[in-house]
Amino acid sequence: MPSLKDLRNRIASVKATQKITKAMQMVAAAKLRRAQSAAEAARPYAERMAVVLGNIASGVTIGPETPRLLAGTGADRVHLLIVCTAERGLCGAFNSSIARLARDQANRLMAEGKTVKMICVGKKGYDVLRRQFSEQIIEVIDLRSVRQLGFEQGDMIAQKVLALFEQGEFDVATLFYSRFRSVIAQIPTAQQIIPAQIEAEAAAIDAVYDYEPDEGEILATLLPRNLTIQIFRALLENAASEQGARMSAMDNATRNAGEMIKKQTMTYNRSRQAMITKELIEIISGAEAL
Amino acid sequence: MAATFNFELVSPERVLFSGAVDAVILPASEGEMTVLAGHAPTMTTLKTGFLMITDTPGNGKRVLVRGGFADINQNGLTVLAERALPAEELTQEILDKEILHAQMVYDATNDPIAKHAAYAAVVQLEDAKVALNY
Repeated sequence: MPSLKDLRNRIASVKATQKITKAMQMVAAAKLRRAQSAAEAARPYAERMAVVLGNIASGVTIGPETPRLLAGTGADRVHLLIVCTAERGLCGAFNSSIARLARDQANRLMAEGKTVKMICVGKKGYDVLRRQFSEQIIEVIDLRSVRQLGFEQGDMIAQKVLALFEQGEFDVATLFYSRFRSVIAQIPTAQQIIPAQIEAEAAAIDAVYDYEPDEGEILATLLPRNLTIQIFRALLENAASEQGARMSAMDNATRNAGEMIKKQTMTYNRSRQAMITKELIEIISGAEAL
Repeated sequence: MAATFNFELVSPERVLFSGAVDAVILPASEGEMTVLAGHAPTMTTLKTGFLMITDTPGNGKRVLVRGGFADINQNGLTVLAERALPAEELTQEILDKEILHAQMVYDATNDPIAKHAAYAAVVQLEDAKVALNY
């Protein structure tokens, strides 16, 4: 049986923890609002880009001159997995669910005898994946010093990926991130970005286009831009998901701490009561003995 | 009243303009072009320069765009700009930064066509900076 002092200390420490989790929840809620509006503001661009790309791609027949970003290298041997996670923990299953998705994919590809390479964006994913895939990880991109995610970060990652692609380092690239559905629902997603995936319904408009400069040249500039925008969008979605996940994780933690405090307070009061009763009995029986 | 068409100007960070307009002048990479209602479906790349929006006759807006695409089809005109800054938000410092960026691109590339495009961007931005002072 713990002494009264122990119980008091325990209650005080849980209360302190609860204050921290509560503060973290509120910070996450404030950050979430900003991240969410950034993610939503980026959606129109990515959607229009998909439509424009669909319009062009539907008019192009895959041939030897088609840019390799669209047609692929023709091989399916080396896969690049770009795993985007958060820089911080304490956000529930957010990081581990993205990492798990990437790990499953990597294991499956390796079982099929394919080569896997990985780029980790964000420290947490790297921490989880390096145990198993330390040889596959070719680069870790740290975004910890970045306060406000901008287009530049997406561009920076895309340039690295493009450079690798140009050197023939991989055939297929897949992007792993968490799609932001709502505060309580974030969906870990795998999206193939090279060769580019053209949405079927986007290619609905069959107008005869004038191209200025010619088709191939537009496609050649459009495809890298599309890659950048997909990565940028993934980063923004990820940032919003991270804050959402942290908010609900911290909300849970606060509630659990509250329950624990209630239980501990009950025990504390009971044992205090028991102690008082015991002392009274001692006094009374002492008086009766006289 | 001239016919209007739908125009959307989108940058990665936000939607800058969405609505019906009379005319838009685009800084297309092959030369400036004016888009009016009923334009033939065209797809073009953009260079650095000012995009002029005329939403009602005699009422214009200028937006500085850096790189991007314009897609003209029967639904209207969509401009996907890599970077877009409305003229009223432009300041000396922002332009200086843009000039520095364009110069870095100019220094970094060896391809004569890209070099020429980057040089044109620097000139265009410096013109804009001079114009801003008046």
